[in-house]
Amino acid sequence: MTMTVALSPPPRSRLRAAARVVLHDRVMLWSLLLLLLLIAVSVFAPLLTAHDPAILSPRDRLKGVSAAHWLGTDSLGRDLFARIIYGGRLSITLAVLVSVSSVIVGLLFGLVAGFFRRLDAPIMRLMDGIMAIPGLLLAIAMVALGGAQISTMVLAIAIPEVPRIARLVRSVVLSVREEPYVEASFGMGSSTLRVLVWHILPSTINPLVVQATFVCAAAILTEAVLGFLGLGFPPEVPSLGSIIAEGRPYFQRAPWIILFPGTFLALLILAINMFGDALRDRLDPRLARKGRN
Amino acid sequence: MLSLVLKRLVAAIPVVLIVATVVFLLLRMAPGDPARVIAGDMASEETIAQIRTNLGLDRPLPVQYGIAMGSLVKGDLGTSIVSKQPVASLIAARIGPTAALALTSLLLTVLIAIPLGVLSAWWHRRTFDRLTMALTVLAFSVPAFVVGYVLILLFSVTLNWFPVQGYAPLTDGVGRFLYQLVLPSLTLATVFVALITRITRASMLDVLGEDFVRTARAKGAPERYVLFRHALRNAAAPIVTVVGVAITTLISGVVVTETIFNIPGVGSLIVDAVLARDYPVVQGTILFFSFIYVFVNLAIDLIYVLLDPRIRY
Repeated sequence: MTMTVALSPPPRSRLRAAARVVLHDRVMLWSLLLLLLLIAVSVFAPLLTAHDPAILSPRDRLKGVSAAHWLGTDSLGRDLFARIIYGGRLSITLAVLVSVSSVIVGLLFGLVAGFFRRLDAPIMRLMDGIMAIPGLLLAIAMVALGGAQISTMVLAIAIPEVPRIARLVRSVVLSVREEPYVEASFGMGSSTLRVLVWHILPSTINPLVVQATFVCAAAILTEAVLGFLGLGFPPEVPSLGSIIAEGRPYFQRAPWIILFPGTFLALLILAINMFGDALRDRLDPRLARKGRN
Repeated sequence: MLSLVLKRLVAAIPVVLIVATVVFLLLRMAPGDPARVIAGDMASEETIAQIRTNLGLDRPLPVQYGIAMGSLVKGDLGTSIVSKQPVASLIAARIGPTAALALTSLLLTVLIAIPLGVLSAWWHRRTFDRLTMALTVLAFSVPAFVVGYVLILLFSVTLNWFPVQGYAPLTDGVGRFLYQLVLPSLTLATVFVALITRITRASMLDVLGEDFVRTARAKGAPERYVLFRHALRNAAAPIVTVVGVAITTLISGVVVTETIFNIPGVGSLIVDAVLARDYPVVQGTILFFSFIYVFVNLAIDLIYVLLDPRIRY
């Protein structure tokens, strides 16, 4: 199945093949639908709610679910639904930025480490060093020192993800570089760069796509934890973690302040994880058998 | 065995140095200026310059690095800006609750996850297996702080079985100590149980297909004996490896769990330090936790030898 998807040349039939896979895999279908729904709700947030997530309305504080406030209000009378979907916007944006940047950097390190024997040991020792540092603590420290800008946030969450991607890419490169077709390409006088880009890079794409989904889930979780610990963006920027943190003192009186954003967050991560699992079963059967399945 | 321990300890020294270097570089790499962040928004340029001098941040990077490594070799993790106490003694004062939380969570994980994983493998593709796997995906996806608050809402606020927050040291009696730790350990263990269940199941599935398992069954050994004596013992190495790698997850979880339950451990030390902009404490605590990771994995290398006599270093 994987081979036909990867090798069938014209793009239209490839798209159709992908659609067929999605429609036949129930887990993939439902997780993708849920994920698309949550993304749509977040992307179209301004169209879905008339409330401004930052507007305070002290008279309406800690109100329950009502027609005016679909998910109630928080301790300052702000509309919880608006805050949650704007928070989802931030989470998703950050997830995309983090996964793209960590995949690019990890890919570079992995390709170089796997291909150039002399650089392998130094790069992998550096990666081991980063892996030894608890990712959340590193993120906490970098955000604390650099202030909560989006660039610091992306860097802080992406760095701990890089070693895992680099290791993955390296292992693929190590197994592919001995293949006859790579030898043949060298024999025909291809340059190293050409072999890397045309013959080795394509083999890394499937495992990378799978890994990128898990990085997305991790990024959303880390951002939420940072917000929860009071280290996220300033209070006027709604983030799922900071909404929950602000609800802590009122938790016993108004549990929905924590439960609604918590559910949204859990659904978002669940959809990504399930989609990633299903994708891995399709794209990377070797990992599926050995790994978490 | 002793020479093996010594050999591994010596081998850990360069790893520790690499980790320290990486922490140093990454924290210097962070965009923004720590002196400015510490000083706050209202500070004058002179105050900022003063803080920079006090922290040694105005010196060239290699000099800063040399000083940091020099004091590290002497076992000095730095000195708090706020309390003026050495970071090492701040950590020592708070390590008790953190160790208690981490150990009870690990114990809980082993007690729940190993049987679940073994049974899932045994009932491969049956309802029990599918249900367990679905639950592990769910457990992976619900963040610890949401789990914590749901547990508090359920067991403390509604049922009134457990205290909402707080910590009781061992000196208050073993019963009270454990009673206070139930909800925090459950919160911290959730993700871990999911992870270890999946690894146990995968590893058992590999082993259950092996010849020696078939031989044991053919000899008429009871199934319980086959599963736990023959199969699990051989499936143990990958499980232990994952526990080692996942120590970083446990440490991250400790920080969150201590915050939810107001536990005065090293995790809340780092959160307090961040909020107070106590830069040396943040750096020192991260180094401390990274070293824990290195040494736990060192210990795990040694456990392999005990688990599997075939492994020799």
